[in-house]
Amino acid sequence: MAARNVAMREAIRRALREEMHRDENVFVMGEEVAYWQGTHRVTRGFLEEFGERRVRDTPISEMAIGGAAVGAAMAGLRPVAEFMTINFAFLALDAIANHAAKVRYFFDGMFKVPLVYRAASGWGNQATASHSHAPEPIFAHFPGLYVGCPSNSLDAYGMLKASIRDDNPVLFTESIALYPKPSPMPEDLDEDYLIPIGKGDIKREGSDVTLVAYARGVDWALQAARQLARDGVEAEVLDLRWLRPLDMELVYKSFKKTNRCVIVEESLPMYSFGGEVAANLQENMFDYMDAPIKRVAAEDVPLPYSKDIELLALPNAQKVVDAVKEIL
Amino acid sequence: MVYFPTDMESKTAVVDEGKVMASPSKEMLLDWYRQMVLIREFEETCHQLYEEKRITGVYLHLYSGHEASGVGSMAALRKTDHVITAYRDHGIALILGMDPKAVMAEMMGKKTGSSGGKGGSMHLASKDHNFWGGYAIVGGHLPLAAGIALEARYRDKDDVTMTYVGDGATNNGYFHESLNMSAIWDLPVIWIIENNGYGMGTEVERASGQIELHRKAEAYGIKSFGRVDAQNALDVYAVAAKAVEYARTNGPAVIEHVTYRYRGHGVSDKQYDARDDMSTELKEWMKTREPIKILRDCIESKYGDVGDILAKHRDDAQRIVAESVAFAEASALPSSYEDLLGNTYVASELVYKTDYSIGAGID
Repeated sequence: MAARNVAMREAIRRALREEMHRDENVFVMGEEVAYWQGTHRVTRGFLEEFGERRVRDTPISEMAIGGAAVGAAMAGLRPVAEFMTINFAFLALDAIANHAAKVRYFFDGMFKVPLVYRAASGWGNQATASHSHAPEPIFAHFPGLYVGCPSNSLDAYGMLKASIRDDNPVLFTESIALYPKPSPMPEDLDEDYLIPIGKGDIKREGSDVTLVAYARGVDWALQAARQLARDGVEAEVLDLRWLRPLDMELVYKSFKKTNRCVIVEESLPMYSFGGEVAANLQENMFDYMDAPIKRVAAEDVPLPYSKDIELLALPNAQKVVDAVKEIL
Repeated sequence: MVYFPTDMESKTAVVDEGKVMASPSKEMLLDWYRQMVLIREFEETCHQLYEEKRITGVYLHLYSGHEASGVGSMAALRKTDHVITAYRDHGIALILGMDPKAVMAEMMGKKTGSSGGKGGSMHLASKDHNFWGGYAIVGGHLPLAAGIALEARYRDKDDVTMTYVGDGATNNGYFHESLNMSAIWDLPVIWIIENNGYGMGTEVERASGQIELHRKAEAYGIKSFGRVDAQNALDVYAVAAKAVEYARTNGPAVIEHVTYRYRGHGVSDKQYDARDDMSTELKEWMKTREPIKILRDCIESKYGDVGDILAKHRDDAQRIVAESVAFAEASALPSSYEDLLGNTYVASELVYKTDYSIGAGID
């Protein structure tokens, strides 16, 4: 199948635009999504194409954005609400965690909440501490909500489409560092290309060690795998894609083969994706474990401004390689 | 200091007869009485059941004293309109016509409860009645109201969303953000501030820089319909009718209902026992501003002796509530893992027809 490299930003934009054409109930709301053309240019051209009714600039009111999306979804619309960055979603944590995630449950199934919160996420670019996070695991804490975190353009396309079409609330994060990154998408891609919610993916096959990652962590894991291959170590790279539901079955299958695991994530190390995956592994795969499970995450510190120490705080491929070598 | 506002605008807030809506008919007034005595009976029974530990838990916020606020204002709605409120939600549910049996069963956490025992006192709702629920986080339901009203605007319907919000919530960010959003999007919401003098245990004047709460509307360019004596259902109705008609075609409206809670903030509230001024104040309200008595006096002064009908409504209320208690107590508690885990998510109906794995192609 012929493929073309597409930046993740464009893949997301295309998925969203197609879904708005497909379903009149889908609309976008958020800060600067309309006249400004989207802070990250994901909604570029949407205002002209769909008009003010369906492309709604909001005030800087994250609590209202978070909650109005819940009400609109309960009433039958399918809002795609954008948080300019996930940092600002903290202001809406009550609406997300207490209402989007729980309304269906505490009314015992009376309402559906088919919404998507999109949020740009990630560390770096000297954005400094309060704008530089990958805190998506916080949101994965809450049953009732799904959390999707794509690592590449095609996944982003299929995952966002599934998120919009699914009847449950989804927090969908988009790594800022991956927005401009091109990756292959088939030229004759089906508009119904959906990636199942909760299904991870094997991004590279190998038999010596399992690298478990999501979003930007997949990049570091793949770079590390290439580096390790030069030393004759074949790493299997798993992209779990979703933090909730978490595709542990995929991890178990790989781990039974490799018996070793390093978890790679952009997020902070405590109460984290890495901790969750490792806990599940030791509970369920104890007999297959040949070495301690290692975690590579951001350093346990807020992110500083100055370039060199900022980079020091971030995970990278070398840190992954070093972790693998410790357990081989 | 006794909380008893004397500067209410109720006397000036009269409906333009014939222009907006006719005066409530005799039938309407009698039905309001029916609703109010049902609520009072239901709430006082809940209080009693809680004392007897037949209703358990830590949250039970009763609508006793507030009856005219909900009854008078919702009388201005039509069936396709929407209603949402916070946790003092039993009265709202009953006014909308929810089955008292299902409501009482929810109080007791039973499977037959309106939320299957998962929500409890603070999470009543009924899709069939366009009742979008009671919510437990102060102010948390306000942006939901904006979203529900957005659906009406989005689909070009003129249904309104009547939203009840306590005085305490007018100080939190949800209130500010939601009212502002409703203003810029012309959302058909009637924001009814039920000012009962206290946000939990804190007096309005100790919590809000602006103590005429309806005036907060001005900050957002929203039309205020003023402050209403919400112990008088007729005054409430007159103002609500105007606000509802305004909201249908124009956008948001604010009304401040001055009312009082007879059973404190909730069952954990011991201030009325501990503070003489508060218990004096409560007695004063019950003596002089009792909403059911005010309505009854009004009906009798207009229509003479309707004692038989009123007595029948009171008897019916007792019977209905007694039946609801019997029903609830006879119902089963949810107890299985299936009961526990159900309805966390909607089962997916998506069809995945493509190969979702891009495998090694990315590397």
